[in-house]
Amino acid sequence: MPSLKDLKTRIQSVKNTRKITKAMQMVAAAKLRRAQEAAEESRPYTKRFNTVMAGLAASAGGSDNAPALIKGTGSDQVQLLIVMTSERGLCGGFNSNIAKQARLKAHELKAAGKTVKILTVGKKGRDALNRDLGDCFIGHVDLSAVKRLGYVNAQDIARDVLARFDAGEFDVATIFFAEFVNVVTQIPTAQQIIPASYEGGEVEGVSAGYDYEPSEEAILADLLPRGVATQIFSALLENGASEQGARMSAMDNATRNAGEMIDQLTIEFNRSRQAVITNELIEIISGAEAL
Amino acid sequence: MADTMQFDLVSPERSLASLQATAVQIPGAEGDMTAMPMHAPTITTLRPGVLRVESPAGTSEYLVTGGFAEINGEALSVLAERALPMDEVTRAHLDELIEEAREMYKTAQEDDQPHGLVADAAKLLADMEALGTHMSL
Repeated sequence: MPSLKDLKTRIQSVKNTRKITKAMQMVAAAKLRRAQEAAEESRPYTKRFNTVMAGLAASAGGSDNAPALIKGTGSDQVQLLIVMTSERGLCGGFNSNIAKQARLKAHELKAAGKTVKILTVGKKGRDALNRDLGDCFIGHVDLSAVKRLGYVNAQDIARDVLARFDAGEFDVATIFFAEFVNVVTQIPTAQQIIPASYEGGEVEGVSAGYDYEPSEEAILADLLPRGVATQIFSALLENGASEQGARMSAMDNATRNAGEMIDQLTIEFNRSRQAVITNELIEIISGAEAL
Repeated sequence: MADTMQFDLVSPERSLASLQATAVQIPGAEGDMTAMPMHAPTITTLRPGVLRVESPAGTSEYLVTGGFAEINGEALSVLAERALPMDEVTRAHLDELIEEAREMYKTAQEDDQPHGLVADAAKLLADMEALGTHMSL
């Protein structure tokens, strides 16, 4: 049976924890709003970009001399997995869900006899995958110094990926990130970015009748690398919103659990306090009777 | 004939403008062009330059770096990689862009990239510098 003093310290420490988790939850809520705004601001660009790309890809991508970024290298032997996670923990299952999906995919590819290479974005994913897939790592992007995600960050990652692609280091690239649905739901998603697949229903109607300046092929070759950056950027933004959402609900849970724990401990504390008082009374009374 | 068209300027980070315009001057990769309502459907890539938008409410200018523009009869969307309203642009901004272009040119040269890339980087640098003179900053 813990002493009264022990219980008191315990209650105080849980109270402190609750304060911290509560504060983290509120910070995450504020950051989530900003991350969501950023994701929404980027949506018009991504949407239009994809529509135009779908049109271009449909009309020019089918030819034999189409750029490798859209046609592929003709093989799928070497697979690059780009695993995007957060730089900080304490966000529930966010990082481990993404890592789990990437790990499954990696093992599946390995079992099929493919070579797997992994590029990690964000420290937590690297830590999670290091133990069993550490030998597949080919690089790491550190975003911990970045306060506000910009398109520039996505461009840097895209440039790195494209340089590796041009050097023939891999055939297929897939990004792993968590798609933001709402505060409690984030879906770990895998999306293939190289070779790019642009799909759109009304493709035929869009592409028809456009004049291209310079030629269709030149525009396509110019836009495809940008497409990679755009996709990475939107994945980064989704991930940012998901991370804050996950952290918010994780911290909400933690705050509630701490509250429950405090209630329990307080009950226990009061009980033992009463027991002590009763004991003292019994001692006094029996002492008085003995006289 | 409609005398205005829907004009949208979006960058990956935010949407900068969405308004009715009468004419838009675009710094196309193969030369400037002005798009007016009922322009033939066109898709063109952009070079770094100044985008001038004329609307019934007045004229506004934007500095854009690469990207592309999609024109059809009723609407014009410019998807710029980076875009800034002209009155927010300072010499420092431009220097930063030029510095970036120069850096890219240098790494392209050093890394012994395929010839096209070096030429592209050089062109980008030249475009950026020309932009500075053009803006007389």
